[in-house]
Amino acid sequence: MKTIKQALLGATSAFVLFVAAPNLAQADELTLCWAAWDPANALVELSKDFTSQSGTTMKFEFVPWPNFADRILNELNSGGKLCDLLIGDSQWLGGSAENGYYVKLNDFFDKEGIKMSDFADAAVNAYATWPKGTPNYWALPAMGDANAWFYRKDWFAQPEIQAEFKKKYNRDLAAPTTWDELIQVAEFFNGREIDGKKVYGAAIFTERASEGITMGATSALYPYGFKYENTPGKYDMEGAVNSPEAVAGLEAYKKLYKCCTPPGYTDAYMGESLDAFKSGQVAMAMNWFAFFPGLYKDEKVGGDKIGFFVNPKEKVAASTLGGQGISVVANTDNMDGALAYIKWFAQPDVQKKWWSLGGYAVHKTVLNDPTFTESQPFAADFLVAMNQVQDFWQEPSYAILLQAMQKRLHDYVVADKGTAKEALDGLVKDWTEVFKDDGKL
Amino acid sequence: MTARIRNRTGQFFRMRRFKTQVKSVTDTSSTILGEAVARATPAPIASRIRGLSDRSMAWLFITPAIALLLAVNIFPLIWAIYLSFTNFRANRPNAALESVGLSNYSRVLNDPNIWQAMQTTAHFVFWTILLQTLIGFSLAYLIDRKFRGHAFWTTIILVPMMLSPAVVGNFWRFLYQPQIGLFNHIVSFLTGIPPSSFEMLGSVRLSPWAIIIVDTWMWTPYVMLICLAGLRSIPDYIYEAAEVDRASLWRQFWSITLPMALPFIMLAVLFRGIENFKMFDMVTLLTGGGPGSTTEVASITLKREAFESWRTGRASAFAIILFVAVFGLANIYVKALNKVKQR
Repeated sequence: MKTIKQALLGATSAFVLFVAAPNLAQADELTLCWAAWDPANALVELSKDFTSQSGTTMKFEFVPWPNFADRILNELNSGGKLCDLLIGDSQWLGGSAENGYYVKLNDFFDKEGIKMSDFADAAVNAYATWPKGTPNYWALPAMGDANAWFYRKDWFAQPEIQAEFKKKYNRDLAAPTTWDELIQVAEFFNGREIDGKKVYGAAIFTERASEGITMGATSALYPYGFKYENTPGKYDMEGAVNSPEAVAGLEAYKKLYKCCTPPGYTDAYMGESLDAFKSGQVAMAMNWFAFFPGLYKDEKVGGDKIGFFVNPKEKVAASTLGGQGISVVANTDNMDGALAYIKWFAQPDVQKKWWSLGGYAVHKTVLNDPTFTESQPFAADFLVAMNQVQDFWQEPSYAILLQAMQKRLHDYVVADKGTAKEALDGLVKDWTEVFKDDGKL
Repeated sequence: MTARIRNRTGQFFRMRRFKTQVKSVTDTSSTILGEAVARATPAPIASRIRGLSDRSMAWLFITPAIALLLAVNIFPLIWAIYLSFTNFRANRPNAALESVGLSNYSRVLNDPNIWQAMQTTAHFVFWTILLQTLIGFSLAYLIDRKFRGHAFWTTIILVPMMLSPAVVGNFWRFLYQPQIGLFNHIVSFLTGIPPSSFEMLGSVRLSPWAIIIVDTWMWTPYVMLICLAGLRSIPDYIYEAAEVDRASLWRQFWSITLPMALPFIMLAVLFRGIENFKMFDMVTLLTGGGPGSTTEVASITLKREAFESWRTGRASAFAIILFVAVFGLANIYVKALNKVKQR
C-alpha cells in the first residue's frame, strides 16, 4: 500500500511539474516573430540589451519573406500562441485589428507616456493606425522602409561609358531622377560588355506568389499618377486605378522588364535582385532600404562601387512603402512582458542604437539629428522616400486584393496577356467584387 | 519440350504435397496456440468475450479504424460540404456565418480563372500520363529482356522516383536556368541556338512543357515498375506455346504481352492520373503557377483561394467540385479496369 501511495505521489508531482514547467518558463520568455532578413539580425543584437535589463529571455521566429504572410497569418487565424510580439506588414493592420489579433495600444501608450508624435508622421500613419490615419494605435512604428534603387557607381564613373552616354543622349550619365531616365539608362547598359562580362540594365521585382510584382510595379504606377480611389474612403476606383496615367505607369514597368532584365528573370523578388547585383550582372537594381546597409558593406560591390537613389519621379514623386510596426499579439500568455518590450523599444536611446545597428528607426530623435543624413550614404534618400511613400490597401480583405493585383500584373507584364488598360480594368472589376462582398460598395 | 513438360508436372505435384504438409503443421500449431491463449486469458475477460457474437467481435476490431476514418476523412469532408454553402472566411473568426445557398458553386463554375486552371490541369495530366505510360512500358519491356547488367540499369532508372519532389523542383530550377542551366546548354549544343535565348520556366509557350518534362523524368520509373510487375506475371508457358505455334514476336506482343499487362498499365495510369490531378509541390517550386497563370493547376488555384485569399466557403465549394470530378472519373475508370481484368 505504501508503495502504491509513493508511486501516486511521484506521478502527481511529475504531472504538476509537466503542466507547470512550460508556464514557469513562459513568465520570463518572449517570442518575437518577424521576417528573416538583415534587420532581423540587428534586432537580435539590439534585444540583448532588453534581456540584460529585464531578465526576459528573447526567442525569435524569423520566417523567410516568401512564406512570411502565409505562415504568420495562419498562426494568427488559428489562434496559435507562437508569437508574443509580431512585427507584421502594414497591410495586416486592418484585419488584425478588426479580428482582435492585435492588442489596441492607446491606453498603454497614454499610461507609459509614449507619444506617437515622437515618430515620423508617415510611419505612424502607415504602421500603427487602423482605420488608417485615425488615432487608434495597434502597433508601434518599428522599421521604416520603402522601395528604392542602387547602382554600380564605378561603372557609371568610367570615362568611356560616360562619353558614349553623353554622345548618345546629350546629357551626363548620372543616377536617374525620372522613370524616363531610368529606362534610358537601363537600355544603355543592357547587353553591354563591362570587365569582360555581358551585363544587363536593371533587376526589378517580378515575383508572382506573394507580393513581389505588386511592390515593384507600384514603384512605377505611383509616380505616374496611379490612385486607389478618386475620393479616399469611397472605394470609387473606376478612373483612378485604370486612369491613363496608371496605364502609362504599367506600360513603363513592362518596358523596363522587357528591355533590360537578365534572362530568366520572370519570378524575382528581393533575393534575386540582390543576387543579380552582387554577381555583377546588372547596372541598377530595386530593393528595400532594409538591405542597403548590408549592400554597402559588401566586399565585392559595396563601398565606393555602389550608389543609391530614391525611386524616380515622373508626374509626381512617390515611393512604395515597406516597413512594419511592432504589435502585441492578443493571444499572448505574457502580456506584461510583451508590453514591457514595447516600452523599452520606444525609448529614444534604444531607437538610436537600432539605427546604428542597421534597423531603420523612425523616431524623430533619430531622424531630426543633424548628423543623420551623413550617418549613412543612403540616409538622406531614406528621409526623402519616407516623405513620399504610398501604401497598398490596408483593408481586412487586403490578401484577396493583393492576389488579384499579383495575377493581373503578372499576366500582363511577364506572360504578355492583353494590354495594360485591360489588366487595370480587370483589376477594378476584381476589387469591386471584393468590396461588394465586404458590404463596402 | 516433352521432357520440360514432364519435369514441370513433377514439380507441380511435389509442390502440392509440400503445401498439404505445411498446412497440416500450421493447423496443428494454431490449435495448440489458440488453446494456450484461451487458458491464459483471465476468467472475467474470457467470460465476457464468450458472450460476444462473431459480428460483435468483428465490430470490436474494426471500430478503431472506423473511428479514425470518421475523424480524419469523413468529418472534414462533411464539414467542407457544410462550409461550401456559407460565406465563411477562416481569417475572420468573428464575422457572422451566413448561408449563401449555391452561390459559391455558381461563382466557382462561372469563374474563367478556374476553368483556365482546369484546362491547365487537364493538359498536364494528359501529356504526363501519355509520356510516362509510353516510356515506362517501353523501359519495362526492355528490362524484362534480362540483358547483361539489367539489375544495375533498373536501379539507376529508379533513382528519380526516390527523390523528394521538393528536391526535384529546386534541382530542375537550376537545370532550366537560362544562363548557367545544364538543360539549356544541352539544347544549345544539340541545336546551335544560344542557351540564354529561351526560358523554359519563364516562357508562356515552354513552361507547361517544362513541368511535363520534370514530372515525366521523375515518375516514369514508377510506371515502369508497375508494368514490369505485369510483364513478369505472364507465365512463360504461354510464350512457349506461342513459339510452338510459330507466332511472330509482334504477334506475341500484341496477343499475349499487351492484353495480359493491360490491367497493370491501367492501374499505373489510375495512380498517376489521381496523383497528377492534385499535383502541387513540384509546380509550385518550378513556376509557382506562372508566368502569369500559365501553369496554375487546379490545386494551386485552390490553395490561393483557401489560404491566400481566405475565401474558405468558396474554396470548399471548389474542393468539393474537384473531389466529385476525381471520384466520379476514378469510379468509371475502376469499372473499366475490372472489365479488362475479367476478360
